Amino acid sequence: MAEGRMRGSAAPNNLYFPLTLTLSLREREFSRQYHLKRELLKFAIFTILVLLLPLAAKEGYILNVLVFVGIHSILAIALNLLLGYAGQISLGHAGFFGLGAYISGVLTATHGQNPWLAMCYAAGAVGILAFVIGFPILKLKGHYLAMATLGLGIIIYILFNETVDLTGGPSGLSGIPNLTLGTLTFDNDLKNYYLVWTFTLVAILLAVNLANSRIGRALRAIHDSETAARLMGINARFLKVQVFALSALLCSVAGSLYAHVMTFVAPASFGFNFSVELVTMVIIGGLGSIYGSVLGAAILTLLPELLRAFQDYDIIIYGLILILMTMFLPGGLVSMAPVFMSLLRGRRKQPGGAHAEA
Amino acid sequence: MLRLDRVSKRFGGLLALEDVSFRISEGAITGIIGPNGAGKTTLFNIITGLYDISDGDVFLSDARITGLPAEKLAVKGIVRTFQNLELFGNMTVLENVMAGLHTRSRCGMVACALKLPWQIAEERRIREEALQWLDFVGLSDDARLKASELPFGKGRLLEIARAMALKPKLLLMDEPAAGLNSRETLELAGLIRRIRESGITVVLVEHDMELVMDICEQIVVMNLGRKLAEGTPREIQENPEVIAAYLGEG
Ligand SMILES: Nc1ncnc2c1ncn2[C@@H]1O[C@H](COP(=O)(O)OP(=O)(O)OP(=O)(O)O)[C@@H](O)[C@H]1O
Ligand SMILES: [Mg+2]
Repeated sequence: MAEGRMRGSAAPNNLYFPLTLTLSLREREFSRQYHLKRELLKFAIFTILVLLLPLAAKEGYILNVLVFVGIHSILAIALNLLLGYAGQISLGHAGFFGLGAYISGVLTATHGQNPWLAMCYAAGAVGILAFVIGFPILKLKGHYLAMATLGLGIIIYILFNETVDLTGGPSGLSGIPNLTLGTLTFDNDLKNYYLVWTFTLVAILLAVNLANSRIGRALRAIHDSETAARLMGINARFLKVQVFALSALLCSVAGSLYAHVMTFVAPASFGFNFSVELVTMVIIGGLGSIYGSVLGAAILTLLPELLRAFQDYDIIIYGLILILMTMFLPGGLVSMAPVFMSLLRGRRKQPGGAHAEA
Repeated sequence: MLRLDRVSKRFGGLLALEDVSFRISEGAITGIIGPNGAGKTTLFNIITGLYDISDGDVFLSDARITGLPAEKLAVKGIVRTFQNLELFGNMTVLENVMAGLHTRSRCGMVACALKLPWQIAEERRIREEALQWLDFVGLSDDARLKASELPFGKGRLLEIARAMALKPKLLLMDEPAAGLNSRETLELAGLIRRIRESGITVVLVEHDMELVMDICEQIVVMNLGRKLAEGTPREIQENPEVIAAYLGEG
């Protein structure tokens, strides 16, 4: 008789597999597959868009900018995994980007190593480095973590400048070969576009998968309440270090691509300003949104090209954008999407909707 | 099941727990009561590994667990709910419970990023079981809501579902009835009984005496960081010391 008062429609006798649920579960399974399909559809549409874009942007200059949108997208996605999902700030990610670029550059230009192998070595080395540094650094929280990663980025930047024998110092390292695939050499903007965006698309796919998985859930749980996450058996410390290493590794790959596309690298591209720019990309696009990161990367790469007059003040503009975004649109631009959609839908539905309510 | 042996906890000069010893017997519902600031939540924080212990030992089924980190203790089967909700607010109700299934699933970063076949199968299993736990506490209709949008009472239920998803041996509940109305409290009592019937040992910190006396088989009374008394509800109600120090006040 107490049964009747209990909450729970099913009141299962067997705690683990109540038979009464089978039907509704099947319904839900259907909606889950619908969700998966939608995610796949999104990716397919985006891929087609990326493949077709060069047809519209035949002009070499725009194509060149789009190559950098691709590289920056990888970086923004990498940082988003750390900042948007796990909720851990890094103001030193430009350093990992630079390390990838320089390791690839030095191995190929100075030591004649195969570029693809160099890219793998760089990724492995940077991943391991971040993993090792991650353990002490990610113990820190909030401002302290920001300061520590800032320091890390600055140290790496200084190393690029000071180890002149290795890196060429402030004047940079030149003579980096293009990537090749059989007889195909990636030596013009169109080829580089497809090269870089192949990597970007793969990064998007992996990041989306990760975000919608057990690991992505655990990261978001840590973000929301590290205490509760730990009490749910999630090893917060180790997971944060893992995602930090993964993030750095992705940045390194982007750095290698950058080196081989540019065939020249200099320390100025990997300074503190660029780390802030990366954070801005992620926040503009939306914390915890992979496609948002691509959008943020696109905006922040295209914007300076449009506003060349402001070139020297870019860091001020990024600062302003950051302030305004966090004040008025903390969810980033992607958080506008549902509003936008419902506006569209609302306008279409209005006549019928009013009728139905009457 | 769980044994505390002369456990003390100091916060600077404040002695929040002093030489507390008691046993929790397997399969029972044990209540911990005591006035505000008695050290009940601190006790939970020690047992779950959130706080370092200052002195004494904790044993789980005769194995010493003193000083183990929270995430290890969760894997060993000690799980709790919170006095002030600690939900994953930006995640959906369903995802909260799925996060509770973290320790009972395996796939790592690589399998997840590559979406390997067994990852897909595991994800489906996690989701189905999470839905069953939502049904268990009666939250199925809210599965898609953001956890932060839940009213307080339902938030409590979600914490229970999330905790149950770990298949704990020992479930610690910190004031589960606080903020619930009388109907919800009654439903909670039924829920706690069902949890115990599934073979889980339950420990309950609670101010609602009616609830405690109704469902607990064993009660530990705390006052000012010390254990004041221990016994069945009847013994506790008749204990003059308890009446003087605690029940008498209220
Ligand atoms: N992290 C902390 N730092 C310092 N003092 C603390 C800390 N946590 C608890 N205390 C102190 O320890 C004592 C016991 O607190 P505790 O929260 O365990 O009480 P409680 O029995 O749960 O009370 P309530 O019924 O109000 O929840 C209080 O005096 C409290 O101020
Ligand atoms: Mg308390």
